[in-house]
Amino acid sequence: MTTPEPYDMVIVGGGPAGLTAALYACRARYKTLLVERIGLGGQLLTYEKVDNYPGFPEGITTFELTELFKAQAVRFGMEHRSAEVTSMDVSGPVKVLHTADGPIRAKAVVIATGCAPRKLQVKGEAEFTGRGVSYCAVCDGPFYRNESVAVVGGGDTAVEEAVYLTKFASQVHIIHRRDALRAVKVIQEEAFANPKITVHWNRVVTEIHGGPQGVTDLALQDTLTGDVSRLEVSGVFIFVGLIPNTHWLPEAVRRDPLGFVITDDDMATSVPGVFAAGDVRAKTLRQIVTAVGDGATAAFNAGRYIESPAHHG
Amino acid sequence: MAGKNIIEISDNSFEQEVLQSSIPVLVDFWAPWCGPCRAIAPVIDELSVEYAGKLKVAKCNVDENPNTPARFGIRAIPTLIIFKNGNVTEQITGAVAKSQIAAAVDKVVA
Repeated sequence: MTTPEPYDMVIVGGGPAGLTAALYACRARYKTLLVERIGLGGQLLTYEKVDNYPGFPEGITTFELTELFKAQAVRFGMEHRSAEVTSMDVSGPVKVLHTADGPIRAKAVVIATGCAPRKLQVKGEAEFTGRGVSYCAVCDGPFYRNESVAVVGGGDTAVEEAVYLTKFASQVHIIHRRDALRAVKVIQEEAFANPKITVHWNRVVTEIHGGPQGVTDLALQDTLTGDVSRLEVSGVFIFVGLIPNTHWLPEAVRRDPLGFVITDDDMATSVPGVFAAGDVRAKTLRQIVTAVGDGATAAFNAGRYIESPAHHG
Repeated sequence: MAGKNIIEISDNSFEQEVLQSSIPVLVDFWAPWCGPCRAIAPVIDELSVEYAGKLKVAKCNVDENPNTPARFGIRAIPTLIIFKNGNVTEQITGAVAKSQIAAAVDKVVA
């Protein structure tokens, strides 16, 4: 039995980092495959519009931006496959990625699997997911027309999505565990100016309650006094950070205590020939604009690795 | 937009096409403004071909047909529901990998 020639480069994940890595790899004429688990676009598609990606002064919808990223990579010959990589073997010079449809072999790998939303891990969260508990305002916001909803979190995503939800909901309650928002100032200004938004400072959600019709109310605890109160809402949107999608990686790929992949400035991980790009990487700013930079750098250095005498030796 | 093996259903045709179907039906509740719904559309297309004859695959636009999602308490999309003999047998909320959807289908069509 003959084993097919390995790919030069396999990119795992089809968000902005992966699509940009594919663009650079294809333009350098490496035999490249992009593997994506769900659909091209990644987390990007859970937002409506992007206002901080340069070149689009009026902003651009995430649909359009995804289509543009994809079209550009396809123009240079990107091959992509819909499959979930469940594990990776890095013991030999050729890396082996395992999927339900069989193994994929690669000389170099770019990890661009991004992140998933972090859960609150409170009572009622799992039970009412899809029936009041949501992690995507664009997907689920329109189900809450003229209803009262809560947003949990104080970062860019939480505050931006709270503003978005005012298009539908009658009232949006931001629940934040601190006494100041972390969101970038321009987003905060927009939230404070919106009469539909109320911020509940120093509060955490301790329980999500509901019935057959879905969520009915939240139990909130004051982080200073410990007092518990009740807030009636029919929906709760949770934006409390990200968990990297790294469960499929072998031990040898070093991670930080939160699970993000550690790389050097060349996007190289602790395993020679394995690179990482985008939100999955340990870094300070997780944005499309930084993801695409990572993707280009990772593909460039993966190319150098493939060409290096050490690799052939 | 949808593949040729996929039917579009409405609030009016739901009873006949889904509840009275002789074979199991996978209903994809979606809307044009939902990114993750678009992301999984190619996978739903593939499944409709792979399970042709054993599973009916239908799409329900929740914007145009609000009654059917409300009837099943749907407040998040994409939601995939598999109906067999008029009953809900499997339900998946959110965009998930193809293998996870296929596993749910296999439980029902086996």
